[in-house]
Amino acid sequence: MNENIKFVQGNEACVEGALFAGLDFFAGYPITPSTEIAELLSIRLPQRGGKFIQMEDEIASMCAIIGASLTGSKVMTATSGPGFSLMQEALGYAIMAEIPCVIVNVQRGGPSTGIPTRVSQGDVNQARWGTHGDHAIVAITASNHQDVFETTVEAFNISETYRTPVILLYDEVIGHMRERLIVPKEGEVPSVKRLKTSVREGVDYHPYLPREDGRLPMSDFGGVHRYNVTGLFHDMWGFPSDNPKVVHDLLRHLVDKIHNNVNQITKYKSYYLDDAECILISYGSAARSALHVVDYLRPRGEKIGLLELQTLWPFPHSLISEKCRKAKYVIVVEMNMGQILKEVRIAVEEPEKIFLANRIDGVFITPMDIRNIMRLIQGKGV
Amino acid sequence: MERCRMVFSGSGGQGIITAAVIFAEAAVLHENLNAVQSQAYGPEARGGATRSDIIISDTDINFPKVIQPNVLVCLTQEAYNKFYPILRPGGLLITDTRFVKIHKNVDAQQKELPLFRSVMDTIGKPIVLNICMLGAVISFTEIVKSQSIMKILASRIPSSFLDMNKKALDLGMELAAAHKT
Repeated sequence: MNENIKFVQGNEACVEGALFAGLDFFAGYPITPSTEIAELLSIRLPQRGGKFIQMEDEIASMCAIIGASLTGSKVMTATSGPGFSLMQEALGYAIMAEIPCVIVNVQRGGPSTGIPTRVSQGDVNQARWGTHGDHAIVAITASNHQDVFETTVEAFNISETYRTPVILLYDEVIGHMRERLIVPKEGEVPSVKRLKTSVREGVDYHPYLPREDGRLPMSDFGGVHRYNVTGLFHDMWGFPSDNPKVVHDLLRHLVDKIHNNVNQITKYKSYYLDDAECILISYGSAARSALHVVDYLRPRGEKIGLLELQTLWPFPHSLISEKCRKAKYVIVVEMNMGQILKEVRIAVEEPEKIFLANRIDGVFITPMDIRNIMRLIQGKGV
Repeated sequence: MERCRMVFSGSGGQGIITAAVIFAEAAVLHENLNAVQSQAYGPEARGGATRSDIIISDTDINFPKVIQPNVLVCLTQEAYNKFYPILRPGGLLITDTRFVKIHKNVDAQQKELPLFRSVMDTIGKPIVLNICMLGAVISFTEIVKSQSIMKILASRIPSSFLDMNKKALDLGMELAAAHKT
């Protein structure tokens, strides 16, 4: 037996991915349905010299990983909707101060404490706009455990490459179900290392002076360089500034570094899109039901395809526009009241051909739910 | 192979979910099959009628839940009452004689097995009821070999408990063999 084959929960696949990516530090406050991530890391991280801290709440958890990241560690926290709400202020700080970190949100039903043990995908827009002010954010997801592993590694890679928080938007079904995971060998999946400054001790280091390629090399905080980090608009030294040009340039930089790289960041999977007259667009666990429908109807002659989004933010508008151009109708399958639906409608030329197949009752959307809505759209009745 | 959709149900604490995980894990690690296992996470997992869904197949499994199982195991009356209507017509329905009184008119291959009584008579420890149930399931379904289950058990439980679990597994298989038609 190949010992790299495991039969695990999605939360464990996320842990394996994080450890593969080089996670050194985790701070969190366990919450259903993400608890297994904290539970497993409390065992696994110390075994390899990493640090696990159970904090007093999610505000502190987020602040702890920001501090640890600045000192040179790869960091992560894991939570669900209520905890993610508490993290929003510090999340904005990490965006402003350009601190690499990974936040896992295993979604459950909300608002508030909502429905803790049931599935939802209701935090998609919270991931985008939960923290205040103009900003860009990266949020990615996956629908099976092999992809959860790779997406988790990718989250660390994106966070290091662009010096940004990355949100992993999983959900209760993915987090709790068990299936096969093959853990790749070291090097089989690329892992981006922290870009560190070449500025020597005793020489001025400008923490916010980008290189020619736009990247910002880091110096471990508490190490050989002294510098300032703030949530205020700041100059290349990291000191607060209200100079209009400094403010304008920094905000443009924070947004452009993500939005100008949409094509590099975007990951998706496509199934039978070439001749599809009906396209399902889905993500996370809901994409499993959508794929079930496609696999069932294709052999029966229905020209149906699936576009599974793995990158939700920045939203891949041009990808959607291109893939949906020839479709007669498009159905967005998600477990919320149409959060991605709205983005898809913005992206396409004919928004009236975009429909929603959803469930908001805590029950995992079934292939039959999707097919019932397809029949209604096709004028066949239920 | 035909895709196998199973629901194990009973009361929280009977080891239903553990049995489901062991079964599915054995299929993936030692039979080279695909399996997906999920379970009820609500308060019912701590008492009340709990369930765990397992799908085993040699092809990809997308939708991970079981809507209409072809194998249903019920270890309490409450679980039986709640879940027997979802069984695929003509499917396999395994119940325990001590805990479940069945309806005669259900369209199913109903197998009433004295799992609990046999475990208590031969082993004397109710803790292995779930493994005895698993023995019956693998005997009826013939998807996973008993050696594969034992390999998973060996990786999960202290070696001093292995013998007792082996006995329970064998006992379940014998009970099933006696009830095969």
